Amino acid sequence: MGVRVGIPRALLYYHYYPGWEAFFRALGAEVVLSDETTKAILDRGVRDAVDEACLPVKLYLGHLANLRDKEVDYIFVPRIVSVERKRYLCPKFLGLPEIARFCVPGLPELLDIEINVYERYHKSKQSLEKLASLFGYSKQAGKLALQEAKVAQKAYEARLRQGYTPQDVFCGREKKENGRIKVAVLGHAYNLNDPYTSMGLLEKLREMGAEVITTEMMLPEEIKRGNDFLEKEIFWTFGKELLGAAFHLLDEGSIQGIVLVVSFGCGPDSLICELVERIYRREKTVPLLMLTLDEHTGQAGVITRLEAFMDMLRWREAI
Amino acid sequence: MRVTYPHMGLISIAFHGLLRDLGLDVLPPPPITKKTINLGVLHSPEFACFPLKVNMGNFIESLELGADTIVMAGGSGPCRFGYYAEVQREILTDLGYKFKMIVLEPPQERAILLEKLKELGAKRSWPAILRTLQTTWRRIKALDEIHAQSLRIRPRELAKGSTTKAYEKALLPLAAACTPREVSQALRTARKILGGVPINTEKKVLRIGFVGEIYMLLEPYANLEVERLLGEMGVEVDRSIYMSHWIKDHLLLKSLGLAGNKPTKKAAAPYLNHFVGGHGWESVGDTVRYAQRGFDGVIHVLPFTCTPEIVAQSILPTVSREQGIPVLSFSLDEQSGEAGFQTRLEAFLDLLEQRKNRVKFVAP
Ligand code: SF4
Repeated sequence: MGVRVGIPRALLYYHYYPGWEAFFRALGAEVVLSDETTKAILDRGVRDAVDEACLPVKLYLGHLANLRDKEVDYIFVPRIVSVERKRYLCPKFLGLPEIARFCVPGLPELLDIEINVYERYHKSKQSLEKLASLFGYSKQAGKLALQEAKVAQKAYEARLRQGYTPQDVFCGREKKENGRIKVAVLGHAYNLNDPYTSMGLLEKLREMGAEVITTEMMLPEEIKRGNDFLEKEIFWTFGKELLGAAFHLLDEGSIQGIVLVVSFGCGPDSLICELVERIYRREKTVPLLMLTLDEHTGQAGVITRLEAFMDMLRWREAI
Repeated sequence: MRVTYPHMGLISIAFHGLLRDLGLDVLPPPPITKKTINLGVLHSPEFACFPLKVNMGNFIESLELGADTIVMAGGSGPCRFGYYAEVQREILTDLGYKFKMIVLEPPQERAILLEKLKELGAKRSWPAILRTLQTTWRRIKALDEIHAQSLRIRPRELAKGSTTKAYEKALLPLAAACTPREVSQALRTARKILGGVPINTEKKVLRIGFVGEIYMLLEPYANLEVERLLGEMGVEVDRSIYMSHWIKDHLLLKSLGLAGNKPTKKAAAPYLNHFVGGHGWESVGDTVRYAQRGFDGVIHVLPFTCTPEIVAQSILPTVSREQGIPVLSFSLDEQSGEAGFQTRLEAFLDLLEQRKNRVKFVAP
């Protein structure tokens, strides 16, 4: 029987799960996911988190409690400081193992290795390889596991670029006929793809006839081009991606509408989305809808707003 | 060119002096009032942090009075502060103001920083600029010293309000001084003014450590003047961050490749052994240190939704329990009311008094 490693179905799960899974599998571990988000999981997280934490962090804590109840040996809660040169993730990812440990009682041991490539790659690679020894494997085996993780992650990201959302890939959904109206839906992947907190809004938009574009579907060059409009580089990776996508799509003139999805209490988004909104309003060519998600957001209200927005886009196309 | 800048406690005095001594036409932002806050809130993103909104109020008030250049600080993240200026510039542009924004980007590029100062004070020679920097550094240290002295005196003053009056008077010569020598003289005068406040040296006072996000610690309007309030309630407040420490850690030590603020980080290590941006790490470490130094309690202030401080807030209850020091956390923004604030402070002080008496009984 292998070691049981729990992975919360929240936050960076949507970005890196295929890589993580391959890594732990290669080390002979059994990967245990928390359940899909439910109201009970969210409520649990809301109870454990400090009031002001953003919705995704609250939800993450709920998933940790869910994993604790599944009696796993470890939970993977990495400290992901930086995933590319000279850029950080949000401060909450820097302190995620502590937020977890001090807010959720009774957790098993956390695998809280640090991933930080702000300056150099080497150390993060080493700490991943070291993780292998915890499972009784050699450094060489660690290297191989890392290789497998890279392959799986690459394949995953390639799928996303073909127009699939993370949730499409995880559920094995095939792409349906593309809608006629191209709508960019920009926001954190963990907000857009969690079926409960997002209220399935990507799927809903597709059903309403939209071809949905998210940041993960875009090419790095496009993101980079979009960022050239800025005076100062953005030091958050996800902020850079959102802004880059928004500006590139606006400039290219290839979308009919844009939906910004932010979670209540998100620090970086309070600034990033403000910039996007301003630039879109200045240009006045593409309508923008801003959706704020929190633990009280009602499904009905969101759907009504999406429908009205789609109607408006359709009218604009008609005239 | 009429230059303005944002308020941040006593830093305003130092910054004003720096720009003035560089030979610039300086327009200090009017003192922060309710109107400043309202203006800032009206024109800022709803979920931006409070300091950004207060800055916006300062900028708008100054631009209305005829300023055309804004000097602002930047940063390289991961805290939001590093991107304030970029957002503020876009908002002010949309509002129709014509201005130039000069962003000083600490901590990495000291050479560029000097270049920017040179650009501002273009007519000055390098030696003159360096002398101005020296004056500024001394002024900051002097202001910090006078502030710390006022915190020690206030809880012991015989006449309520006398410390604050003397403090305000003591700052005047420090603001006016233009050379390193003048600053030293002004400091002596200031010390004397504060030293002249009649106090009760025998009085037993509570000691409270003051931790949190730097803007909220340094700007009295933003922290609802908690230092003065507590002082007048007979509490000696010890503030964990002073501008001079910050400059030493971030501009001097870091550029030499040294890590600043070691004791605080060491103290934080069992709870948080990594930076999280802003002052989250310090908030944890300083709370531990106040406990070790036998303080009666800690007050933690943060702007509503501040990301690094939310990490700290998640950890502090455990620190408080394990280190045996009560911690009161205030998350503040434009909606924080003074009435509720005062009540919570009073309840906290009651608790601290009770604990103190209890401890006395147990340990003979
Ligand atoms: S980026 Fe925003 S939503 Fe994500 S953890 Fe940070 S504050 Fe929360």
